[in-house]
Amino acid sequence: MLRFLLQRLLVMIPVFFGVTLVAFGFIRALPGDPVEVLAGERGVSPERHAELTAQLGFDKPLWQQYLSYVGDVLQGDLGVSLVTNRPVLEEFMELFPATAELALCAIIFAIIVGLPIGLIAAIRRGSLLDQGMMSLSLVGYSMPIFWWGLLLIILFSNTLNLTPVSGRMSFLFEVEPVTGFMLIDSLLSDEEGAFASAVHHLVLPAVVLGTIPLAVIARQTRSAMLEVLGEDYVRTARAKGLSPWRIVAIHALRNAMITVVTVIGLQVAVLLAGAILTETIFGWPGIGKWIIFSVFSRDYFAVQGGLLLIALCVMTVNLVVDLLYGLINPRILHQRS
Amino acid sequence: MKKTLLAVSLGLGIALSASAQAKTMVFCSEGSPEGFNPSLYSAGTTFDASSQTIFNRLVQFEPGTTKVVPGLAESWTASDDGLEYTFKLRKGVKFHTTKNFTPSRDFNADDILFTFNRMWKEDHPYHGVSGGDYKYFGWMSMGDLLKSIEKVDDYTVKFTLNMAEAPFVSNMAMDFASVMSAEYADQLAAQGSMEDIDHKPVGTGPFVFKSYQKDAMIRYTAHDDYWGGRSNIDKLVFAITTDANVRYQKMKAGECHVMPYPNPADLAAMDADEDINLMRQEGLNVGYLAFNTEKAPFNQKKVRQALNMAINKQAILDVVFKGAGSIAKNPIPPTIWSYNDAVQDYPYNPGKAKVLLREAGVSGLKTNIWAMPVQRPYNPNARRMAELIQADWAKVGVEAEIVTYEWGEYLKRSKEGEHDTVFLGWTGDNGDPDNFMYVLLGCDAAKSGGNRARWCHEEFDSTLRQAKQITDQAERTKLYEQAQVIFKEEAPWVTIAHSVVFKPVRKEVTGFKVHPLGSHIFYDGVDLK
Amino acid sequence: MTATSSTANISVRRQQWQEFWFYFSESKTAVAGLVFLLLVITLALFADIISPHDPAEQYRQFAEIPPAWMEGGQIRFLFGTDYAGRDMLSRIIHGSRLSLVAGCIVVLLSLSIGTVLGLIAGYSRGWVEAIIMRVMDTILSVPGLLMALVLVAVLGPGLLNAMVAIAITYTPYFVRLTRASVISEINRDYVTASRVAGAGPLRLMFVSVLPNCAAPLIVQATLSFSTAILDTAALGFLGMGAQPPMPEWGTLIAENRDLMLSAPWTVTLPGLAILLAVLAINLMGDGLRDALDPKLKRS
Repeated sequence: MLRFLLQRLLVMIPVFFGVTLVAFGFIRALPGDPVEVLAGERGVSPERHAELTAQLGFDKPLWQQYLSYVGDVLQGDLGVSLVTNRPVLEEFMELFPATAELALCAIIFAIIVGLPIGLIAAIRRGSLLDQGMMSLSLVGYSMPIFWWGLLLIILFSNTLNLTPVSGRMSFLFEVEPVTGFMLIDSLLSDEEGAFASAVHHLVLPAVVLGTIPLAVIARQTRSAMLEVLGEDYVRTARAKGLSPWRIVAIHALRNAMITVVTVIGLQVAVLLAGAILTETIFGWPGIGKWIIFSVFSRDYFAVQGGLLLIALCVMTVNLVVDLLYGLINPRILHQRS
Repeated sequence: MKKTLLAVSLGLGIALSASAQAKTMVFCSEGSPEGFNPSLYSAGTTFDASSQTIFNRLVQFEPGTTKVVPGLAESWTASDDGLEYTFKLRKGVKFHTTKNFTPSRDFNADDILFTFNRMWKEDHPYHGVSGGDYKYFGWMSMGDLLKSIEKVDDYTVKFTLNMAEAPFVSNMAMDFASVMSAEYADQLAAQGSMEDIDHKPVGTGPFVFKSYQKDAMIRYTAHDDYWGGRSNIDKLVFAITTDANVRYQKMKAGECHVMPYPNPADLAAMDADEDINLMRQEGLNVGYLAFNTEKAPFNQKKVRQALNMAINKQAILDVVFKGAGSIAKNPIPPTIWSYNDAVQDYPYNPGKAKVLLREAGVSGLKTNIWAMPVQRPYNPNARRMAELIQADWAKVGVEAEIVTYEWGEYLKRSKEGEHDTVFLGWTGDNGDPDNFMYVLLGCDAAKSGGNRARWCHEEFDSTLRQAKQITDQAERTKLYEQAQVIFKEEAPWVTIAHSVVFKPVRKEVTGFKVHPLGSHIFYDGVDLK
Repeated sequence: MTATSSTANISVRRQQWQEFWFYFSESKTAVAGLVFLLLVITLALFADIISPHDPAEQYRQFAEIPPAWMEGGQIRFLFGTDYAGRDMLSRIIHGSRLSLVAGCIVVLLSLSIGTVLGLIAGYSRGWVEAIIMRVMDTILSVPGLLMALVLVAVLGPGLLNAMVAIAITYTPYFVRLTRASVISEINRDYVTASRVAGAGPLRLMFVSVLPNCAAPLIVQATLSFSTAILDTAALGFLGMGAQPPMPEWGTLIAENRDLMLSAPWTVTLPGLAILLAVLAINLMGDGLRDALDPKLKRS
């Protein structure tokens, strides 16, 4: 197990440097001039322009800039946002819990709904129910989620007035950020109704973000189950007269778990990409919205730092998934090492 | 979907019921503030969240006007040569008490010195804190203008200038001149956490900063000892809501009381809504399309006039502004003194335009229209506007390609004169006509690039220079009126529109005024029923 | 090759094709997807003839007319008009062209680059393989849409750049697939046989190995085709893809987003077009996978 872990970490090192190179390279290749953006219509004199450029370190040769960047990164310094003058890492950590909360709820929603659908569809293979659910899940899989979000807002928030349109919490509640997870913080605070408000705000974004993973999980679970149900030992069990539900409960769930874990691993990047769109539509104060804003406002250091941190998140989750995978199915470990 | 239903039953109805206890005013602001020190930043969003709530200035704009009234200074006098300004400071003004600062003294001249020296003197210990880029201080050329700032006594400060500058007192009312506490600065310097002065602000204003969650919410409470009297609002919340559709939906749901920048497309519905009071005011801005007068054929007056006539401005107003604007004929908006209403705009006349183009010997003209990639108050959708003008010009045989760049690139390239025609605009800073015409159309600006038409007209320029030196407003008015006539005849721009600023306000709100300079002020008689 | 073996070859191919069609046509949904896709392709090809109006023509006096089936709608503008009075139906029909072309180009780019890199990595092994695979890992470690977004910011917003950016983010999947297939195929008897017969590495790769890993690549390509359409639309929606007035579907939603409440059809209809097109491709892709995947054929 330890060897496996070390091996995986070793592979991460070149990828990490690859990402620093990509983040650094992108930012230097971006057309446009951050100093000009900051000045806007009012402009900036050539002398002041040179001064500010030098302050940002953009006047040095590229390799020097890169080395000092990597040096800073290794010490945990990701630079300072051009827009707010605050450390990028600080801003990221402040916004990250919002995204994590949204993504977690989305994936939980996807599992809670997707897994049973997949199971039922597999057991009732070929039935109308199976066909209906699989068609629906394909619709979910084909969904342009930015449009889906707008559609749900038009329907639930605007026409039916059932859900709030944006944000994480009603302004009435003053919830001290402790964990950054609104669901937890609202429970920790003594504000009555805060938790309900947090849930209320979370429902639509989580459903929108969870739609594609839900479809994927349902479909994967179904095909994994079908495979398991075709195995000899299951056939034997069935021949012995065990009900399909008991077979599922005893033999198949473990295999389904493997599918779910794999799918979650694959969905992390998808979720983070989806978070960009979902957060933009629902005004969710997370890193997706932040990084889009940073790209548009040419906040070089925020984009550079944000890319790196997001990549680190993805890599970490993939590592964790790999390890979990190994725990559930020890054969994998041996095969890989 | 069961989850939804459960949440709905718990969550609905909370929004409106609880606001009765403590008076909480919610402003659905359009974005996150860049920070909480207005001298470092330039966005109106930042000013709303800092200078208009937390801070005061020596002098202030009277809410709803551009008239300068006393603020932290009770009175001021100018010397006859216009070089010395003496401010008498107000006594008994209290700074905020916050989690990490308890003031031991009232506001005095030291705070004024600290505030301005930080921006001005490069060797000031605080000068380099938080990047040290004092935007408006630079843009208003304060560094060149100031000769000295002296503390005459604890409650008297004297500013000496290098040259007479008529708009100086107005400048002192601008957001960047917000007064900070020297005592707080000293305390932070001793603690070694100087940057906190810009993140954990302490001011003298009507509201005390309480907390900020990036991209989500800013909270303030009323300043109990405010020199102008405690505000009627107990708690002020800025709910950061970047999307205009969403702001409107929140307002309908009663989740915010005031919102800025409504979608033009939603105005009709807001007007019809009984719960919403749609307030309006002419904005202090101008949106224009500048011809690059250095390039042929735009160096010919006739061509510029022709292209002016070829544009159906009313259509632009209907489609792009949806009525949230008025046609511009002068380079300054009608809310600014010296606006010359006698000037006649070019009428929409494609036939005449064709004739003029023929007279100028121009046929089969291929050109470009630069449309900026961002939404600005003076131009809600440059893309859309460019499409309309493209279609209009096609009717007079001019083929235009729409060009756009990333915003910084756009500003830089247009400053260097790469365009044929370019969209841009300006929002006034201090309500002085000089702040529009000289900055945008003077010969100096043609050299530095701020003048996107690259138009340097001797008579126009000397008229403006003359007006800068005089302090008498009546005389200045005459000169500026004259300048506007020259401008229209020469037509370096197509003046397109002044936006009309709409502020949807819920009907529970009383006393709210729309400020011509664009700030949102929740003090001075603002209350909740 | 002799004449007899080539005829034999042809008959084998035909048999394979018949078998494939047999399995494919078994699934009604897959055939439905195929039919709908053909319809969209027809629309795209003959957009100029089929669409009732010029998609760029502004009928300014008819701005924001609702679709024909709604109150106040006109039969002239079946799907209503946008803020400038342009016909939504014509814009959506022309948009199908952009979306399909974008999907095709993205798939072709990523498939060709990915396959070549995958072949190189699988065949050469060693440090070349390590470099290629780590670069691919790097691309994969950043969420695709974000990567594409930043790439477009670098290249400049526009449909072409959006396609290139998306293609880059899809390449790793093809590289991984090809490499894995190559590694598993390279020691098979038939490869060894043709190597002994004197086939060079290029011939070995493209003639012997590649056709045998075609099935997973085709399935992946179909999958990528539908996600490419989605991602192009997403970039357009974020303002980084096709630029207005180009009637790309995502861009249509973005440019009309402020009318979401006052003229919702300008937002809902283009989105529906995206959904249906992507759904059709996915239905077809499912059928394709079932027909090509021998393992599932059994059951």
